[in-house]
Amino acid sequence: MTQDGSSPDQASGTVHPGPSRPGADELVQLVDPHGVRHPHGHYDDLVADVDGPALRKLYEDMVVVRRIDAEATALQRQGELALWPPLLGQEAAQIGSGRALRADDFVFSSYRENAVAYCRGVDLADLLRVWRGNASSGWDPYTVNMATPQVIIGAQTLHATGYAMGILNDGADAVAVTYFGDGATSQGDVNEAMVFAASYQAPVVFFCQNNHWAISEPVGLQAHVPIARRAPGFGIPSVRVDGNDVLACLAVTREALARARSGGGPTFIEAVTYRMGPHTTADDPTRYRDANELEDWAARDPLARLATLLDSLGLLDADYTDSVKAKADAVAAELREGCLSMPEPAPSDVFRHVYSEPNSWLDRQQDHYERYLTSFAQAPQEGSR
Amino acid sequence: MSTMTFGRAINAGLRRAMDEDPRVVLMGEDIGKLGGVFRITDGLQKDFGAHRVLDTPLAEAAIMGTAVGIAYRGYRPVVEIQFDGFIYPAFDQIVCQVAKLHYRTQGAVRMPLTIRVPFGGGIGSPEHHSESPEAYFTHTSGLRVISVSNPQDAYTMIQQAIRCDDPVLYFEPKRRYHVKGEVDEASDPASSDMGAARVVTEGTDVTLVTYGPLVPTARDAAIAASDDGISIEVIDLRSLAPIDFATVEASVRKTGRLVVTHEAAQSGGLGAEIAASITERCFDHLEHAPVRVTGFDIPYPYSKLEFHHLPDLDRILDGVDRVMRRPNSLSGLDAPSTTEGAAQ
Ligand SMILES: Cc1ncc(C[n+]2csc(CCOP(=O)(O)OP(=O)(O)O)c2C)c(N)n1
Repeated sequence: MTQDGSSPDQASGTVHPGPSRPGADELVQLVDPHGVRHPHGHYDDLVADVDGPALRKLYEDMVVVRRIDAEATALQRQGELALWPPLLGQEAAQIGSGRALRADDFVFSSYRENAVAYCRGVDLADLLRVWRGNASSGWDPYTVNMATPQVIIGAQTLHATGYAMGILNDGADAVAVTYFGDGATSQGDVNEAMVFAASYQAPVVFFCQNNHWAISEPVGLQAHVPIARRAPGFGIPSVRVDGNDVLACLAVTREALARARSGGGPTFIEAVTYRMGPHTTADDPTRYRDANELEDWAARDPLARLATLLDSLGLLDADYTDSVKAKADAVAAELREGCLSMPEPAPSDVFRHVYSEPNSWLDRQQDHYERYLTSFAQAPQEGSR
Repeated sequence: MSTMTFGRAINAGLRRAMDEDPRVVLMGEDIGKLGGVFRITDGLQKDFGAHRVLDTPLAEAAIMGTAVGIAYRGYRPVVEIQFDGFIYPAFDQIVCQVAKLHYRTQGAVRMPLTIRVPFGGGIGSPEHHSESPEAYFTHTSGLRVISVSNPQDAYTMIQQAIRCDDPVLYFEPKRRYHVKGEVDEASDPASSDMGAARVVTEGTDVTLVTYGPLVPTARDAAIAASDDGISIEVIDLRSLAPIDFATVEASVRKTGRLVVTHEAAQSGGLGAEIAASITERCFDHLEHAPVRVTGFDIPYPYSKLEFHHLPDLDRILDGVDRVMRRPNSLSGLDAPSTTEGAAQ
């Protein structure tokens, strides 16, 4: 057993020999880490419509979600949030895939997909409710077609597959998209989801963000070959994409969505990216992660490379960068304001929504507890006793 | 004797067990380099090697299932479940395999498996991080379930759990990890019995039974009640399956009143088991029906409201007032409410 989990294959994202579907190991890349756009025989068609303004919009999205992430991290450090799972480094994977979706597609994500939620139009304060400790969930899934974040690793992939089975039954052409990490691919749930998705040819896209770490565990501990190779064994075509290349992420997701819409069944996407921050604000990556590794990945930063590309196209003038900055500032201010003005929950809220119909056991407990609280209100002078 | 935190005491206990028995292996997510998210296994991989402290892939069912296989092979695996709510993916392996293999094989196969579960709330975590799932396991025959409440017990009982030839769930109250206490590291773990309850404070009016995270709260309640002239005997169960009913029974025979408190939801919880068993055993000695002070029958609430759900000193004292027939929050409340009557 390789306890350090080191696997040069995994870390570099290079091409592997192996008995997989042809192409499953290729790392699809349209914009390289130096910001150079390379032509691609297959994927160029899928992003042929992405002109200058569209590229700029992708850049703006990434700047804004990075800012949301930084602001939320700051709010946590200031004691306004109990915890926050940063997405720093994963902006391209999330924006590229998120912007490929149609409004009637439905997302089932884990807790780190705040940029996807942003794409779905989730209200900014709603992103924070759970992390502030004010609610069990931040939004109504049906208003934005995105389930609220899943904490149980991998569970959401089954939900997405089931939702996709429902789409099939309805004869609709929407798609369910599920996001999960490299660590999650070890869970039975994810593997079972792939079995069902393949069995029913369900219109579901498995979007794995291989950010190289599951808390302290390197991806090599979860998989000894590129994760994208696993899906073909279930009968699901897969693709490996440079997760720090927003254009490539957009392209492969569009392809997967199109396949699903046209009855082609599930696709597995492995976006090879990197979690530049801690797992959550409670984590200390210096205990397990080499600083050099971080530097290597910083050199592949998803925002920097798109900025370089825009610059080379003459699209990164001061007016534009100022307007992007202003937008990010405004969003950050709105996020902060939404956080600080969130109403405090009431004690009796703990009893709400446990059941959709009255429950006599619970009614009795609520009644007793309200009497208990009232007994304090009636005798404030006596203190707690 | 040395002073150490609860968490450190478990670490020291694990270390000693590993030193003494090369068949002891640890398994779990992030327990190697990181030392676990609570750092309970800190330094153990460095000192004992990656073949004895296994960082496992992220899959609880697989961790538990492979631990079964490792135990079949003669090892004594100690599995760490990262947080209480993540034990459920491993539930099937625990209740269908771990619990039943000894019985199924007429005693031929031993499952000396220890399952460490940081449990309970009060640390302001998101959902699935504050659960009290002990009753699911006490309901499953073949498992031993214990919960520790102080550094000395933590140190001793982890070693006892590992030495035990039956599978043991070892519930660690995570909100107490940083509490310090005296630990006698020279003590022989065989000299005490993890199955025995402990009388924390002696008293004559009320028996207050609890375990794990609420033991210090119960002790504080006993101190507060003594100001009102009420003498509480606090019992730390330590073993939740089997329960040392002899100790509880002896206490209730003396006091005539029983309050049970735990963080877990009330319905179908351990409080119900204890109240029923004690009522059967010493009905004639009871001055009042046993009272439960527990978490509500709700999913564990978000952190801003968790202190409403968790029994605290005042809620425990309110329960004490009820068995003492003193003014309390239910005073003047008539028999069952009509909605409840209708449902029954
Ligand atoms: C069933 C389950 N086990 C353990 C955990 C604790 N946990 C939370 S996140 C995490 C690592 C997840 O890694 P990965 O799937 O790669 O996603 P990432 O956080 O890197 O985005 C772990 C172990 C959990 N939430 N659920």
